[in-house]
Amino acid sequence: MDLSVMLDHLLAVGGNLLVLALMLPVASLMLAFALGGRHAERIALMTLPLGLAIAVAIAAAVLYGDAPLHTDLGGWAPPLGVALRADGLSAIMLLTTAVVMVAVGLFARADFQAPRGATETRASFAFWTLLLALWAALNAVFLGEDLFNLYVALELLTFAAIPLVCLDGRAPTLAAALRYLMFALLGSVLYLLGAALFYGAYGTLDIGQLAARIGGDDPLEPAALIAAALMTAGLAAKTALFPVHLWLPPAHAGAPAAASALLSALAVKASFFLILRIWFDVMPELLAQMAAQILAALGAAAILFGGVLALRQARLKMLIAYSTIAQLGYLFLVFPLVASPETASLAELRNAPGVWTGGVLQLVSHACAKAAMFMAAGLIAASLGHDRIQDLGGIGRALPMTLFAFGIAGLSLMGLPPSGGFMAKWLLLSAALQSGQWWWMLVILAGGLLTGAYLYRVLAPALFAQNPPPAPVKPVDRSREWVVLGLALISVLLGLVPLSAFSLIQIGRDVSGIGLP
Amino acid sequence: MTAVTLFGLCGAALVGLGLYGLIVLPGALRRIIAFNLLGSGVFLLFGVIARRGGGAIAGTGSDPVPQALIITGLVVAFAATALAVALLRRLLQETGRDDWDEAGEADR
Amino acid sequence: MSAALIVDLGLALSILGLGVWTVAARSHNGAVVGYIAYGLLVALVWVRLAAVDVALTEAAIGSGLTGLLLLGVATRLPRSARQPSPTAGRWTRLLAGVLSATVAGGLAAVVLLLPDPAPTLAPSVAANLPATGLGNPVTGVLIAFRAIDTLLESVVLVFAIIGVWSLAPKDGWGERPGWLRPAPLGSALTLLAQLLPPIGILVGIHLFWTGANAPGGAFQGGAVLAAMWVLAMIAGLTRPPAVSRRRLRLVLVIGPALFLAVGVAGIWLAGDFLAYPVAYAKPLILVIEAALTLSIAAALGLLLAGPPEAPSAAERQP
Repeated sequence: MDLSVMLDHLLAVGGNLLVLALMLPVASLMLAFALGGRHAERIALMTLPLGLAIAVAIAAAVLYGDAPLHTDLGGWAPPLGVALRADGLSAIMLLTTAVVMVAVGLFARADFQAPRGATETRASFAFWTLLLALWAALNAVFLGEDLFNLYVALELLTFAAIPLVCLDGRAPTLAAALRYLMFALLGSVLYLLGAALFYGAYGTLDIGQLAARIGGDDPLEPAALIAAALMTAGLAAKTALFPVHLWLPPAHAGAPAAASALLSALAVKASFFLILRIWFDVMPELLAQMAAQILAALGAAAILFGGVLALRQARLKMLIAYSTIAQLGYLFLVFPLVASPETASLAELRNAPGVWTGGVLQLVSHACAKAAMFMAAGLIAASLGHDRIQDLGGIGRALPMTLFAFGIAGLSLMGLPPSGGFMAKWLLLSAALQSGQWWWMLVILAGGLLTGAYLYRVLAPALFAQNPPPAPVKPVDRSREWVVLGLALISVLLGLVPLSAFSLIQIGRDVSGIGLP
Repeated sequence: MTAVTLFGLCGAALVGLGLYGLIVLPGALRRIIAFNLLGSGVFLLFGVIARRGGGAIAGTGSDPVPQALIITGLVVAFAATALAVALLRRLLQETGRDDWDEAGEADR
Repeated sequence: MSAALIVDLGLALSILGLGVWTVAARSHNGAVVGYIAYGLLVALVWVRLAAVDVALTEAAIGSGLTGLLLLGVATRLPRSARQPSPTAGRWTRLLAGVLSATVAGGLAAVVLLLPDPAPTLAPSVAANLPATGLGNPVTGVLIAFRAIDTLLESVVLVFAIIGVWSLAPKDGWGERPGWLRPAPLGSALTLLAQLLPPIGILVGIHLFWTGANAPGGAFQGGAVLAAMWVLAMIAGLTRPPAVSRRRLRLVLVIGPALFLAVGVAGIWLAGDFLAYPVAYAKPLILVIEAALTLSIAAALGLLLAGPPEAPSAAERQP
């Protein structure tokens, strides 16, 4: 069949593609739950390529149709009903989620294989059902257009992520999971409060309708301001933004490598995505500018604080966890660069598309790089029986491919060319320069140096130490190394894609990204 | 002052109380209870919004949309409490204490 | 000041007082009992706010089931942990106090400044309710207008079950949930458990059945049924089923699965996911509600029964 004919067919399916993306993991999850045993793993593995195909189809349909996909569920239009919507940004998030899910699923087979025979094991059953659960939750967040529906999506995410983190059942891990749960629940309840206040002020929960009402001629309701502040605070706690990041490092400490990869690459990004939507899709420009300064200041603090703490960690896994806190900080620098008074006053908003692309590139390349690093660290820990940084000298000779994957993912994290991380940080830097906000530029540069320093601590001895390499306790499965390398390569190759290819990001929002059409 | 406003103020106070308890109380059980207080304050505020919406048009009754959302929220809050209690009971089984802050520090 | 307002003022003050008590109480048991009483009073507030559906849910789930859950853990805390250890430092408390007061103050201001007339969807619900064949607008919102929320929420319960089960201790997988150990035979509880369930089951089914037209529905009905099941388990009249049982797992997912299936069929039959063909709306909704009631009852009961545990030596030999 001709490609354009196929794409026309896709567009005809339209909004039902969104339903499919949301409901495929839900249906698979229920089937896996009911059948159990070895079926759970099989169903999850079969869902991976299907889910990826649906994400690709949505991205293709949005790009080809040059318009967001949209559907009113049950045929009831908002405000009475609930809508799903996928613009370019949502499509990219769905695609990133699918790619990381596939990689993590393939990687996790060795750790969570169901035993032969009839009986099922706890870890295997829980992991495969929760993997599908997390996917359903993430897709619900990226597709939601209704604030309360998004609350349910956030809770789905909480219920999927927390048991994944504490699968090992040891006391410190359980304690860390309980702490994570309390932060997550506080975040959800503050978010819900904000949604309730929006309803009280405007009588709708639909993001597009709220934007239209708030952007209209009526003065801004005081409730809307408090609502946005409460929601942002709650979502920041879920995103582990400094200073409410306390739950994230301990949650990673005892989590399986696959769960850590999902948590850092995807779960924390979902709440960030909603902060983005509240300030750029709902709230008016002027307020967004003020909030942007606060959010970016916290992001800057996270970059520096996370970097310094990463330098001081003794365990490889904890170093990567603190690095997540720093890298999440970069995402918050997008706010003042998009919503600066400078850009808002210029009708043309020349640098805003660049900032958007930079921010999204940072998000996607960090997701791939960080998932690769956690899985590489997991391979090292499984092979050596520990992940103490000071005892990793010469590991490069014992596990060359794993370390190579870790290294090139690190390249992207540091922002060295050619990599997705480099393009991202370069776009943010030039936007900071153009809009005259040089102080954010200093933060980005300092963050890059810190990242270089803590990765050097690991990589230099691993590659160049003269002492004999530590003898691996267990050999590493070559196919798992390929999965890690593949993901790391994606994070690098993103930097080689010509910028014009990122036009998908702009679909469904005007140039500045402020306000919906 | 009307009864609706009165319960609205009551909800606002409960949110503050729950938030305070969640931050300062020691031990997981008391924080779980504080979370439920906080949640109940949020639901109450939403209920007040519903009552105002019902009273404004139909004379009596309450806007059914927020009511439905509150019911959904109550069930979710119960599920969250159950998961938290399950974690706490497992922690008690392993360590005999519910003081999770220090247990969390131990591994770092 | 009218008499009704005085009653409401008393209610609000009692709730606040009980709320303060649950935070300030010295013993954990005291705090939990305070919370249960608090929940019952909040259910009264829902009646005063003309939200009877919510009041039923609050009494059954918010106060009843949550209270049972909290009591179950409060009595198990070690003696050293029952008295709260010294609370957070003075500065933390001061900071938390200022923060909480600011939030509460801001919300109070919002309550006083909410727009008048209040925006509402009540007329819109009333106008569209006939298309669903239902008489209770809240059920209409839950099962038709915002069906996706209800579907995802019944899936939340499945997630929660997986989460709780995943906490099974070593050797516990596949066994029966271990929290609800039977009380001694011949106690008042056993008597209660023998008397109540027949009535409770009728009430539960009634709540589900009337939910189409009067206050009630799948959640309230399911919660009452769950409470009866839990009571019977505590009294030792029945044991929680082993988590490896396939029939149990089917019961847990039948509600959301059927809801999803009807939703997908709606794409062809009514043009949209989760849309009902007008001629069959009411019977379809009743079937979904029945399946949901069953799944919700099973899920709520099992959330109270905890993760599976290996049977003790005494239980192994009946």
